[in-house]
Amino acid sequence: MSFTGKVHKFGADIDTDAIIPARYLNTTDPAELARHCMEDADPSFPARVEKGDIIVAGKNFGCGSSREHAPIAIKAAGVSCVIAKSFARIFYRNSINIGLPILECPQCVDEIQPGDLLEVNLAKGEIRNISSSRSYQAEPFPPFMQEIINRGGLINYVAEKVK
Amino acid sequence: MGMTITEKILAQHAGREEVHPGELLNCRVDVVLGNDITSPVAIEEFEKLKLDRVFDRTRVVIVPDHFVPNKDIKSAEQAKKIREFARKYDIENYFEIGRMGIEHCLLPQEGLVLPGDLIIGADSHTCTYGALGAFATGVGSTDMAAAMATGEAWFKVPETIRFLFYGKLPPYVSGKDLILRVIGDIGVDGARYMAMEFAGPVIASLSMDNRFTMANMAIEAGGKNGIFAPDEITLEYVRGRNKREYTLYYSDADARYVETREYDVTDMEPLVALPHLPENTRNVSEVAGTVIDQVVIGSCTNGRMEDLEIAARILRGRKVHPEIRLIVIPGTQEIYLEALRKGLIEVLIEAGAAVSTPTCGPCLGGHMGILARGEKALATTNRNFVGRMGDPQSEVYLSSPAVAAASAITGRITAPWEVE
Repeated sequence: MSFTGKVHKFGADIDTDAIIPARYLNTTDPAELARHCMEDADPSFPARVEKGDIIVAGKNFGCGSSREHAPIAIKAAGVSCVIAKSFARIFYRNSINIGLPILECPQCVDEIQPGDLLEVNLAKGEIRNISSSRSYQAEPFPPFMQEIINRGGLINYVAEKVK
Repeated sequence: MGMTITEKILAQHAGREEVHPGELLNCRVDVVLGNDITSPVAIEEFEKLKLDRVFDRTRVVIVPDHFVPNKDIKSAEQAKKIREFARKYDIENYFEIGRMGIEHCLLPQEGLVLPGDLIIGADSHTCTYGALGAFATGVGSTDMAAAMATGEAWFKVPETIRFLFYGKLPPYVSGKDLILRVIGDIGVDGARYMAMEFAGPVIASLSMDNRFTMANMAIEAGGKNGIFAPDEITLEYVRGRNKREYTLYYSDADARYVETREYDVTDMEPLVALPHLPENTRNVSEVAGTVIDQVVIGSCTNGRMEDLEIAARILRGRKVHPEIRLIVIPGTQEIYLEALRKGLIEVLIEAGAAVSTPTCGPCLGGHMGILARGEKALATTNRNFVGRMGDPQSEVYLSSPAVAAASAITGRITAPWEVE
């Protein structure tokens, strides 16, 4: 899976309350969650984000609450991939389970600027910054997680087990 | 090579003699938990599997606690959805309003989570049950759905950091202060993906309520789980509550720890975490005088009996400052009733507190105490992120119930010894 998108950059320790504030958790509708995505980190984000855009962030992205509404909101906002120095554990797990592409790439985050155009090859973990002509290699997923991703998420993976 | 308590529980639930950090395992789960925010998403995923039953109707626990009693029509729809699911699948442990509690206060109280268990919950503070010597960790809704179907979940065996506490615990220094000290020390991602094992002479004499508080906030250091070896204090709590057998696990003397950190608590003061991260900790005397608008005593972190006892002790015969709203939320109906019978609720109301039915409410900015722009709250809760309790331009300070009660009297952040 490859995609190209424009960068929105965020800092360290972006928590799930910033990604989708609890005041919107009285719904499970992805489109409605997307309308408030990243609102408390950057109120202009929901209006600016375009389909295929990429979020680039510092360490510990998605810390805090286990709300799956966070990766759901990001995915429904049209974001194609999240690249961070590191991810909080539950957010990492949730993203794989729902099929939101994420990559851990500590070395590339500081060199990527807001608005840069990135080309990402998810399976190979390759990140190419078209704007700066630099390339990076992200951590590959273990085979087991790659399998969940390939099947389109955990429920599809489990469906075959419980048949 | 020996194993830690965390490794032993994971090994046993994976049907293995031995496991090592970094290994991926498929484990049997003893309990799967969800609440009124996470269960609706899980139910949508579960129904895609078109099953006519959950893996074990006695081991799925559903607790409406976040936005209940229903705060608005949409929340009512979500609560209705999980109630109907519980009826349809004959879920034994669904807890209705009036008989419920904040999930992480309720499950231990009801004996639903026990030493040696492997528990997953679609709530990040599921790590609370590590206080009982169980492996308990937060997951998302899809993991909850998959586990309701299969009774299993996948895990990477975490490395363990050990935290040893020694010295003499000073007056007013509680489990909340010990865990805030750890988070202040290692940071909000200092234990990311790792097991946090709490031990040492101070822990050996620490009450269950204080242990629950500490395990509860392991997630605020990024931890996968927080865990305590079971001892006589654990067993005294569990006896009479358990409805099934349980197993006690202990770390081997030659267990491998990625790191051991030691803390002498003798000269500690109660701590306060400043906005907007739990790692921003200061001694209470350093931030004393900070003017606040609201005080919240409650939550899955500090809504238990001992928390209400210390708050009532400090507030007895005193009045809440005229410019402060003090909101007290007992963690469960049982705690509420016990506090009522002991006269604590009377003390709190006479002091000027608003006492609420159990709910997560203000802790996550849901309802029952939302902050306006520019307002500041001191809360015994677990997170002080931007907008956590309301407007993105409000602020939350975190502390123990003792500091919170003292501050409610003076209207500014105050050390408990200043008022008692």
